[in-house]
Amino acid sequence: MSDLPWYNRGLFSSLNLRQKTLLTIALTGLLLLVIFISGMMINANLPTDFSIKMQPPSFEHIFGTDWMGRDMFIRTIKGLSLSIMIGIGASIISSIIATILAFVASINKFCDSFVSWLIDLFASIPHILLIMMISIALGKGAFGVIMAVAFSHWVNLTRVLRAEVLQINTSEYVALSKRFGKSKLWIAKEHILPLVLSQIFVGTLLVFPHAIMHESSVTFLGFGLSPHEPAIGIILSESMTYLAMGAWWLAFFPGLALLIVVLLFDIIGDNLKRLFDPSQANN
Amino acid sequence: MELKANNISFSYNKRRQILKDFSLSVDSNRIIGLMGDSGSGKSTLCKILAGYLTHYSGEVTLDGNKIPDRGFYPVQLIFQHPEKTMNPKWKMEKVLNESWTPPKELRDTFGLKDQWLTRWPNELSGGELQRFSILRAINPETKFIIADEISTMLDAVTQVQIWEKLINHAKANNIGILAVSHDPELLEVICDDILFFDEINNL
Repeated sequence: MSDLPWYNRGLFSSLNLRQKTLLTIALTGLLLLVIFISGMMINANLPTDFSIKMQPPSFEHIFGTDWMGRDMFIRTIKGLSLSIMIGIGASIISSIIATILAFVASINKFCDSFVSWLIDLFASIPHILLIMMISIALGKGAFGVIMAVAFSHWVNLTRVLRAEVLQINTSEYVALSKRFGKSKLWIAKEHILPLVLSQIFVGTLLVFPHAIMHESSVTFLGFGLSPHEPAIGIILSESMTYLAMGAWWLAFFPGLALLIVVLLFDIIGDNLKRLFDPSQANN
Repeated sequence: MELKANNISFSYNKRRQILKDFSLSVDSNRIIGLMGDSGSGKSTLCKILAGYLTHYSGEVTLDGNKIPDRGFYPVQLIFQHPEKTMNPKWKMEKVLNESWTPPKELRDTFGLKDQWLTRWPNELSGGELQRFSILRAINPETKFIIADEISTMLDAVTQVQIWEKLINHAKANNIGILAVSHDPELLEVICDDILFFDEINNL
């Protein structure tokens, strides 16, 4: 038994690598879904109870309570679900932008250099600055933040997809398809899209952690969501006032929870990438 | 019908010219063999004849007319490596039907098993894939076939079998074939006439 690698021993020894990857994705997705749905069902206007304000973590309030006596665990979950929602919106919009631009780049040389120029332009502006500007221009709030994050995060995916589409376009099967009399649109839809679909999917999921992090930071800086929406960024920036008074739990647990959610999305993205990798498709 | 190449010159870069004033004529009821050394420019010529390369000087005509670039191209090239000419994310059925839907008898003639149709390209061998390539190329609209070393991955017996079936089909449907190879024995067996690449290339 000892010559088996570690991942083929113990509890999950009967599963193969593919099943294990699927299991990881399913469990992680379930956890995120539970956070998201339970957060959605929580009413944002939590009852305030000043008799239990500023309590450190206990079994009754595992994340402690804030200066208005609100339970920090419930606020954190609510904040996380808000972050996840913004992350979903932003990453879907940014991958749509990336896909469209990548296909536009494949039309002709002029379009290609235009898209490359656009990529360079957006890549040269610091993300956080761009997000702040777009967010303010669109009137802050959830909509502003989603748009801001979406319009600053399409760059990397576009670069990857553009290269991928270029490579597929020079392949022999695309050249042959043209000789069979198929149109460019048909080739884009039938040949190229199925080949880049997995890239788009993984790209969307890998934008997610960035989107959540940037949403929190821009909210923390005061350019994002408004204070009555209990996003993680708001919670963190409010806790700054009380941190000096020793209320460490106000920042520690929400921050940790945010980190965990980001990591969960990263795990899903990485596992999906492994699953979709064509060289390992038959494992 | 007659496929003619008139005074074709081509170079990938300025330093080295590949083709110079190359002329060639293939009649649709004959099988012409073209023999040349590796790297002499045979495949480049094939790509020009089948419309894959366009920045050459000279002209390729079909019965005296230029071949329109839109729609199904009547000169079909069969590549040396079939696995590169198939989308790895397509089932073989879709790969085959991209050109046309060959009847069952024709699939049987070329030894195409029905169970292959539900497979992915990377699950079949080179010889099996090449049968698909050939079947794709003999679309009813095809007038000429350029066969660029299509049987190098097959053993001698299978080579002859596949060539025999392709030639029978071509003769019956009045399709001309230009067989390109560096294997003199093979061309000797299958061709009506053999041309030597270096002799007609004016370099």
